[in-house]
Amino acid sequence: MAQEHMTVEIVTRTKRRVIEEALSCSAPGVLGYFQILPNHTAFISELSVGEVKVQTAERTYLYAESGGFLEVVDNKVLLLLEAAEAAEEIDVERAMKAKERAEQRLQNPDASIDIARAQAALARALNRLKVAEKVTVSV
Amino acid sequence: MATLRAIKQRIKSIKSTQQITRAMKMVAAAKMRRAQDQMLAARPYAHQIKSLMQRLLAGVDSPSNPLLIQRPVLRMTLVVITADRGLCGAFNHNLIKRAEQEFHLEKDKEISLVCIGKKGYDHFRKRNYNLKYHYTNVFNNLTYEVAEEIAERLMEEVISNKTDAVRVIFNEFKTVLQQNLVVEDFLPIPVDDTVKEQGGIDYLYEPSREELLDVLVPRHLKMQIWRALLESFAAEQAARMTAMENATDNASELISNLTLEYNKARQASITKEILDIMGGAEALRQASS
Repeated sequence: MAQEHMTVEIVTRTKRRVIEEALSCSAPGVLGYFQILPNHTAFISELSVGEVKVQTAERTYLYAESGGFLEVVDNKVLLLLEAAEAAEEIDVERAMKAKERAEQRLQNPDASIDIARAQAALARALNRLKVAEKVTVSV
Repeated sequence: MATLRAIKQRIKSIKSTQQITRAMKMVAAAKMRRAQDQMLAARPYAHQIKSLMQRLLAGVDSPSNPLLIQRPVLRMTLVVITADRGLCGAFNHNLIKRAEQEFHLEKDKEISLVCIGKKGYDHFRKRNYNLKYHYTNVFNNLTYEVAEEIAERLMEEVISNKTDAVRVIFNEFKTVLQQNLVVEDFLPIPVDDTVKEQGGIDYLYEPSREELLDVLVPRHLKMQIWRALLESFAAEQAARMTAMENATDNASELISNLTLEYNKARQASITKEILDIMGGAEALRQASS
């Protein structure tokens, strides 16, 4: 049964959001960005930090996400994410501060600092800023 | 019969108790609303990650991840999630009783306890149970990091072969008036047979299925602990709200009964005084005639 649309469901620990009639969905798999189109075969992937883009006939939804999983079954795309923010909801100031904090930590490493954690925090902050920027440019 | 003064004193003291219970009820109601929102927001994720994992597991016959391997259970870790505070009806009591029951039901196993919440910890410590570690005062400021830490510690125990199974007991929020006692097998992860019978979906995996499970399983477990904490906290507030509402109602009833008694006593003393006066007047009249 070929269909023209799929349903995209984005679930985080604090939110659930469903986008009906999506035409395309792209996400950052751990092995690289990929795109899901309607009638995709059953598929599961781990996601790394990056941007999720969902396209419908009317508009494009852009999210900054912090890793998770993506599953496709029968034209239903399920995204289970550690955190996700719609591009227009990103708190740029907060992301800036997080970025500075992480950078500072990485520059002055001492025993109390978890390097891997600081690096992950930096990646998340940079990702947020990058995604937020795309919206301000297009508006 | 109690004196007027004594009754008045009692009414006053009950009224001040009632004020406290009423205030506690309002506080619990406000906290419950917040906890409930948080809990409802977390439910879809907890549910979805669980079923995603079950679908992944359906195609696996002999898992390599130690968290998935079923082995003979000789040692069991029991995680008991109670509240930090009392005055919430039978909330803590029922849970502790159920946990103790577990020691009878699983007699053949060596059970050690992990207590989350002060009430359970105090109870089991006093009775010299085999306590491993505990987390108290976590509900005041509940964060996901706490759930992560607890889950990691439990996983570590299974991986390093210090325990064979982990079971969690907690109160689930059903409705405001009802809490559900839940006993859940946490580790090793139970496989849902109905999903298994349907046969696994033939997925494409990226990276491999084993690698996916290695990431998915810890996240799932952290989420299950997080959900249990949120459910328990919301249920605790609901139980406290109900208990305090009952206490306030009982105080009202006591006050109305005591007021009735007070009025009767007052009437009786007035009647007695009138009789005294009349008796005195009669005596005077007879003496003067």
